[in-house]
Amino acid sequence: MLTAILVMAGIAVAVGAVLGFAALRYKVEGDPLVEKIDAILPQTQCGQCGFPGCRPYAEAIAKGEADINLCPPGGEEGVKKLAELLGVEPKPLDESHGVQKPKSVAFIDESLCIGCTLCIQACPVDAILGAAKQMHTIIAAECTGCELCVAPCPVDCISMVPLKEDVGNWKWKYPVFKLKQVA
Amino acid sequence: MTASAHILQKGSVTRVMLLVLACLLPGVLAYVWQFGWGIVINLAWASILALALEALALRLRSYPLKPFLADGSAVVTAWLLALSLPPLAPWWLTLVGMLFAIGVAKHLYGGLGQNIFNPAMIGFAVLIISFPAQMTQWAAPLSLAAQPLTFGESLGFIFGGGLPPGLGLDAVVSATPLDTLRTGLLQQHTLHEIQAASHVFGSVGGVGGEWVAAAYLAGGLILWALRIVPWQVPAAFLAGIWLTAGFLHWADAGRYAAPWFQIATPSAMLGAFFIATDPVTGATTPRGRLIFGLGAGFLTVIIRAFGGYPDGVAFAILLMNLCVPLIDAYTQPPVFGAAKKK
Amino acid sequence: MMELHRFPGGIHPDEQKAQSAARPIHAAFVPKKLVVPLRQHIGQPAKPVVQVGEHVLKGQMIAEADGYVSVAIHAPSSGTVTDIGLAAVPHPSGLPDLCITIATDGKDEWMARTPVDWRNTDPAALRGHVRDMGIVGLGGAVFPSSIKLDPAGNPPIHTLVLNGGECEPWITCDDRLMRECAEDILEGARIMQHLLGASRVIAGIEDNKPEAIAAMRAAAQKLGLAVEVAAMPTIYPGGGGKQITKTLTGLDTPSGGRTTDVGVQVFNMGTSYALARAILHGEPLISRIVTVTGHVLRPQNYEVLIGTPMRELLLRAGERDGTTGIIMGGPMMGFDVPNPDVPVVKSTNCVLAKSAELFPPKPRELPCIRCTQCVPVCPAELQPQQLYWFARAKDLGKAQEYHLFDCIECGCCSYVCPSHIPLVDYYRFAKSEIWAREKEKRLADTARDRHEFRLFRQEREKKEKAERLAAKAQTKKAEAPVLSTPEQDAKQKLIQEALARAQAKKAAVSPKNVDNLSPVKQAEIAEIEARRAKIRAIAKQPVEPEQP
Repeated sequence: MLTAILVMAGIAVAVGAVLGFAALRYKVEGDPLVEKIDAILPQTQCGQCGFPGCRPYAEAIAKGEADINLCPPGGEEGVKKLAELLGVEPKPLDESHGVQKPKSVAFIDESLCIGCTLCIQACPVDAILGAAKQMHTIIAAECTGCELCVAPCPVDCISMVPLKEDVGNWKWKYPVFKLKQVA
Repeated sequence: MTASAHILQKGSVTRVMLLVLACLLPGVLAYVWQFGWGIVINLAWASILALALEALALRLRSYPLKPFLADGSAVVTAWLLALSLPPLAPWWLTLVGMLFAIGVAKHLYGGLGQNIFNPAMIGFAVLIISFPAQMTQWAAPLSLAAQPLTFGESLGFIFGGGLPPGLGLDAVVSATPLDTLRTGLLQQHTLHEIQAASHVFGSVGGVGGEWVAAAYLAGGLILWALRIVPWQVPAAFLAGIWLTAGFLHWADAGRYAAPWFQIATPSAMLGAFFIATDPVTGATTPRGRLIFGLGAGFLTVIIRAFGGYPDGVAFAILLMNLCVPLIDAYTQPPVFGAAKKK
Repeated sequence: MMELHRFPGGIHPDEQKAQSAARPIHAAFVPKKLVVPLRQHIGQPAKPVVQVGEHVLKGQMIAEADGYVSVAIHAPSSGTVTDIGLAAVPHPSGLPDLCITIATDGKDEWMARTPVDWRNTDPAALRGHVRDMGIVGLGGAVFPSSIKLDPAGNPPIHTLVLNGGECEPWITCDDRLMRECAEDILEGARIMQHLLGASRVIAGIEDNKPEAIAAMRAAAQKLGLAVEVAAMPTIYPGGGGKQITKTLTGLDTPSGGRTTDVGVQVFNMGTSYALARAILHGEPLISRIVTVTGHVLRPQNYEVLIGTPMRELLLRAGERDGTTGIIMGGPMMGFDVPNPDVPVVKSTNCVLAKSAELFPPKPRELPCIRCTQCVPVCPAELQPQQLYWFARAKDLGKAQEYHLFDCIECGCCSYVCPSHIPLVDYYRFAKSEIWAREKEKRLADTARDRHEFRLFRQEREKKEKAERLAAKAQTKKAEAPVLSTPEQDAKQKLIQEALARAQAKKAAVSPKNVDNLSPVKQAEIAEIEARRAKIRAIAKQPVEPEQP
């Protein structure tokens, strides 16, 4: 009886020591969850989710304060990735926050621009170039298509132009592989 | 819009399958020569069933019939199953086997190219588990049979179960050498005693069976020469049998049959060249194929020696089918210029 | 006789070269219209430097290199620029691209041509000149040669390989060029060797071109150049950069690397010729040799001005009934062009007319049966059947892990596949999908960085302003408030005036984007406005309107 108890106790101590050592030896640094969520979000910084940017939304998701289906630019695919990361069921995009649109960039009609700088202040990624009373221009390569500059413009000179497929950004299509009969 | 390359080599899945069937012919001929007409009837019956079941499955899955019936894969499955069953197996045995082979093992997994397990071997496994008695009623070699069945009599036996008057079941069927061995060992006889007492043992393998095995070997070598099957699988499979059986035989010659005897069985040769080499369910890398073959050979002998069934080829191959993704993942050969990278 | 090595994989398709190799190269002709695309090379498209209506001379630069990975484009003949805009180009997408269209005047009048004394020119300046002469690799990749001629790499380039492994069936343009212009090719090689500092020059030519080998050997002897001319076994794709490097030097290019990683630089014969014309004769790259073959009456090689519509070539070579399409390039790696009016570009080595007999419709695709016939033919020693499964399942990570990017898209796997699966198309799909995602990821990362910087900047500005105000308050304690109302009023007034001006202007020009705003768009704008307000409330840091 005593031997059995001693043996069991001995095993417990030994295993405990190994586990304790492993916990110290293989410690994982920090909580990368927010980073991981933020990496999935499209970084449009459009605020359609109701948070002032992608990172605050990521933090809210990580804390469990926000749902995963509030990001229209990320689309269904983004929701799916978030669901996979967090181990929850994917759900359809919450349309009250907007619908997914084709990727666009803002375009300033330069003949109308009065140089009021309101759009420059609205741009979350500083992608509008210009100065007071100078015509403004969008740096198309930096524009995330968030549309936040459209509303502040007092002369409505900003429009969203959907990105068109051209030789430069064209992608090879998935080969059509029809095995089934077309009904 | 473009599909490169714009030119294609002549060759097709159908050609591959037809060549496999052609290379099975020597084995079939040897089978007829040694065991009578039964096998031909069962091959034809299985082929008809295979095409009918394949057509049915394709129709149910709304796939076009013509290209998939013409690919020949169903007939190959049919032949492999029929050659694994007793030559005088009753019609319904083949039917049940083909139902599982084509319906379950092939089409429930997605049809041609998608199945994890060899369909013929799934059919065989289902039958030997469900109908062990029928599965061990092997046709006696003609040289040992009291009175060989004619073609018509075979047909009658397979589809009606009736034998010509005056002929008992024992006159046309006998246990296979492997089965005889197993029963004898269970009765605590030594290998030597069993072989002395029975007349089913030939010079190397079983009477008749060794000729069939030799014919399979010949067909298999042609298949390899045509580059339809890689050398690794048959070589490793036979080596696996030989090494494992050799070790057991060396350890206890009184209980475990000699390696040559194990290799000279028709099932081992059929398995090595025609079943384990099924590309869909086998490993794809050179090293992976060696592991696959060795594993299947090893398991065959282990099952024969210690398992509940007289033969182990089917189960060994099915077990190795299960390991294929793992084997492939761990045996990826280096790509061009990979060695220099590190 | 030098020792040759065998690269892995490869196939032996029907050569089909005799038809076009027998006739000499047909001299260049000037079509009525030349359509010159601005994107004819890897990298940034060239930037136009001419205006519509401008008259240009043959060889005049019409678009300049835009950045390091770019080259200039030149007028292939004299005439008038009639259009700068989208036009059909030979591209697998079938999409139009920016082109400069020139209506030729038939005079074919050259601009002043100045040869360069390359031995006494600074290498960097010489490379800049190569770029400005529009020289790109003519083997098909059209990579700017100026970059490839820069030896500033590790390890140093020890061997220059002239690639005469024209391994694709049907194509004979390099074969004919070697037979007829071997000396110019070797002159070009001399300049390349000078720039690269390579100690060894090897010309690798497949042994199905004995006349070319003889011509090159004779030319080397005549010029007294130490060029080793090697007859390589004819195996497709023996003309691939990594493959020819292996064949001639025995060196394995590292996976994911380039031949320069093992000190070998490979140039196509045509490129060497073009370089010699550019440096020694002052002629920019405005024409190239094109094999016109397949379903035509007189298969032949032509010297073709860049921008010549392919239809003109078919007409000259004798168009036949039953032409079902045109492949640009060879049957292994070429692609169907959208229509016969697309122009010949720098990468056009072959215009291959299709017919139902030469290129019968492909048999139906069947599922992969993992027969692995594709494995022994793959020159990159990949597992094509595995890559296919991954690409088909869109498992891009796994495809990359199995070295998708070592695939050179040679098409050997598609060629042998008994299930007739267009394997290369799957790999191309997977590759371009991965590139697109990586680009998206980069853009997202930039956006994140820029957003974070903006937040940081706003914070800093707020702090600075507070400090400034505090300091001002200190100095002007008892005085009037800093922000005087009249000043603000004046600013407001300015904005109001501007608004009014804008309104007036708007009414005058009636811009498209605000004309007849649909209720949907109005609602959208209102929604965005509301969202902004909400964000401000949540962020609890209202954006301070900066005073203009």
